[in-house]
Amino acid sequence: MRSSRSSIPLILALAAAVLMAARPAPGADPRLEAAKREGKVTWYTSVALTTAERIAKLFESAFGVPVAVNRTGSQRVLQRVLQEAQAGIKVVDVIQTSDAGHFVLLKSKGLLARYIPAGTEGFPAAFKDRDGSYLGWRATLSVIAYNPKLVPAAEAPRSWKDLLQPKWKGKLVKAHPGYSGIIATGMLALVKEFSWDYFRQLAKNGPMIVQSANDPAQVVASGERPVAADGAEYFLYSQRKKGNPLAIVYPAEGVPLVISPTAIARDAPHPAAARLFTDFIFTKAVQQLMADREGLYVPHPEVTYPADKPKLKDLKLLQVDAEELESRNQELKRTFAEIFGV
Amino acid sequence: MDLAAPAGSRAGPSRWLALDRSTPLWALLALVLVVLVLLPLAWLLASSLRGAEGITLRHYLTLATEPQYLQAVRYTLLLGLGVGLLSALVGAPMGWLVARTDLPGKRVIRALVLASFVTPPYLGAFAWTMLAGPNAGFLNKLFRDLTGAEGHLVNIFTTGGLIFVMFLYSYPYVFTMVANALELIPSELEEAAQMLGAGRSRTALSITLPLAAPALTGGFILGFLQALTLFGSPAILAMPAGVHTITTRIWALFQYPPRVEVAAALSLPLLLVAALLLALQRGWLGRKGYATVGGRGAARQVIPLGPWRWPALGFCLLLLALAVGFPYLILAKAAMVRAWAQPLTWENLTFQNLQFTWEYGATREALWNTLKLGILSATAGVGLATAIAYIVNRGLLRGAHVLTFLATAPIAIPGVVLAVGLFVAYTQPPLVLYGTVWILFVAYLTKEMPIGYAQADATFRGIHPELEDASRILGAGRVRALLDVTVPLARSGVVAAWCFIFIGAIRELSASILLFTSQSRVISVVIFDLKEEGHFGAIAVLGLLLLALTFLVVLGMERVAGRSILGSRE
Repeated sequence: MRSSRSSIPLILALAAAVLMAARPAPGADPRLEAAKREGKVTWYTSVALTTAERIAKLFESAFGVPVAVNRTGSQRVLQRVLQEAQAGIKVVDVIQTSDAGHFVLLKSKGLLARYIPAGTEGFPAAFKDRDGSYLGWRATLSVIAYNPKLVPAAEAPRSWKDLLQPKWKGKLVKAHPGYSGIIATGMLALVKEFSWDYFRQLAKNGPMIVQSANDPAQVVASGERPVAADGAEYFLYSQRKKGNPLAIVYPAEGVPLVISPTAIARDAPHPAAARLFTDFIFTKAVQQLMADREGLYVPHPEVTYPADKPKLKDLKLLQVDAEELESRNQELKRTFAEIFGV
Repeated sequence: MDLAAPAGSRAGPSRWLALDRSTPLWALLALVLVVLVLLPLAWLLASSLRGAEGITLRHYLTLATEPQYLQAVRYTLLLGLGVGLLSALVGAPMGWLVARTDLPGKRVIRALVLASFVTPPYLGAFAWTMLAGPNAGFLNKLFRDLTGAEGHLVNIFTTGGLIFVMFLYSYPYVFTMVANALELIPSELEEAAQMLGAGRSRTALSITLPLAAPALTGGFILGFLQALTLFGSPAILAMPAGVHTITTRIWALFQYPPRVEVAAALSLPLLLVAALLLALQRGWLGRKGYATVGGRGAARQVIPLGPWRWPALGFCLLLLALAVGFPYLILAKAAMVRAWAQPLTWENLTFQNLQFTWEYGATREALWNTLKLGILSATAGVGLATAIAYIVNRGLLRGAHVLTFLATAPIAIPGVVLAVGLFVAYTQPPLVLYGTVWILFVAYLTKEMPIGYAQADATFRGIHPELEDASRILGAGRVRALLDVTVPLARSGVVAAWCFIFIGAIRELSASILLFTSQSRVISVVIFDLKEEGHFGAIAVLGLLLLALTFLVVLGMERVAGRSILGSRE
């Protein structure tokens, strides 16, 4: 986290920009008043904790309404939401995971409120739900990464298939689809491309299994395992920016693109604050900040990306639609456990 | 005589009246205990038999037919055996050294054993991933630098590594049991043996060892139970290697789509093994008898170690370095640097972990919840445990031995299993506690009842009822006599019990992980969450904070009690 001090002016400038863009005209905005009366917004999210905290602070400084951040893996977010719904506990306002299948499920159970945030009409269709129950908030690539201090670029893996070589035995780290929505979606995309055989062979190289799609960054940077067999690209990118020894590989066979939707809970205890927050995270200023500071891809068509990030149109993207994710969820987790043991 | 008779007949009824007045109180407290322990177990059983079409054995069939469950059971038993043996083999000699010999530095050793007892096992496991990860681990890097060798010295992500780390935080149980037992065994028998011509080693083998044997087997069983019931250590060390234990399996069964019924069914083997072990120990102890362990005024001979003093001290300090020294040093480093695996340079130093941990909204709320729950469950737990021990020791209710059983039984209920039972019991009417901190309070109260009860029971055994009777004869009611006479005498024992429950609650993870919601996060759960995303610096800060907090509270309470809670009677 090297850049913290030097980037303070940058953060302030961005915050100011966000404030200008998001703050409503002076005078009574009834929605803002309602949100303030509700007092807070509870956000269940799977975005990296550092990102979530930063966005929460921005929202609070813009509107004076605090955000209670609950960050955990996508699958845990779903588990929480369902357990709480079953017990009749109404806590969550805004639900955000990286497994679009979750939103198909939550919608079918009637747990989502319909809401189309302001200014999102021009967003690409791939991010939208037909009925407006949820909307893709960010997109993440699942990629290969390695530690350039331990693996020279010439010997580094270039493709998914390269990871199957015996020379990577005991050198790989892999995240868990039972925790991470990025990994669940990314794995299903690869299963569709290469079949489960690919992962059966990968398992022979004995990858270390971690939970979050963000954890491989730390494992690879520390050198505990020099190569990540998958992981969230934005987190690897921002960790590399902070000076960690990480190199990212975008395989030519195709890179899974994971769209992470957000929705408002039907029984949200702070519905006005939830809508205000949802509008806020889709504003151009916040979306631009997510692209600049966090290395994320976002749906907002006017956002520009850092020069050292590949353009999505230059990559061969692998995608899985939300319905298929939902219908193959169980198969994915069962087969993963069977192959990798946990 | 004529004058005495009415006085006597007046004394009689008043005595019974006094008893009658307080009896409902005792009965109520006993009822609380019964509900606390039996309700979750009943729900657990019911849930494991529940199918769409009524009662079914299908979930048990699932366990028997899907190999991954049997694999988890076998692996867990293997861990238990390893941890139990290692704890007994290392903890017992250490207990003997501290209790009986002229080993130097006993106070320091006791303080450090307390530090390993206070360390949450998951935090120790986490620290050991930084120490002995095969590639980035500090000790392995040191090994490569010193020897020029490739490869690694130790790999913590193995079965051996997991057993080792679990043992590091389980041996204090054996140490404490053995040290306490040896301090109570008078030296007379040993002296007699020596007068009859037995040598030192003969005396140790034929007198001391058999007398300490119950403590030794008790320690083995406690080590075994620890390994059976821990969740955090296997989640941190075994799951990355692709292995599940029973506890991590049960936890995984709660993930979507939840299979609570199978989780309940899988809980029962764990419960049975634990109960069986306790029953075996009880039966064995029952035959041996504890008669000589009275300890009133017994002088204890201090055994001179001679030339073995320093090697013995080295042995103790090595163990304590592994359990406390290295882990906290690496945590301190991780708390201060940007990248934990990089050397400690000015460039790498940062306050950012501290700042992030403090600003992260969940941290302060979780710290507050943890502290609140620790104090509440320790206070309520001591109250209940003391009352139950009092009822049992003074025979205030019929069938009091059932209460002993109930107060001790939770030791055989792993946290995850208890949580499954509580989850089923309290997510539905009439009492929906899920979603509040109160379900955690109930869990902690139940889980820590055995240790509180054991302390309270030992305390009341040491206080003869004569004193209370004297006060009663002078006209005090039972409750009054209890408060004025017995409670002051029991103070130090009660404070120790309070500390044990407090420590247990502060470091609890295995039940909390299933029972928390976003409204009721505790620090252990926050640390576990941070671990899954790899925030090493923040975990280190929280871990150190937790240690400092616990030590402050425990030292403060020891001041009140006037003695060390790990049972030094020096």
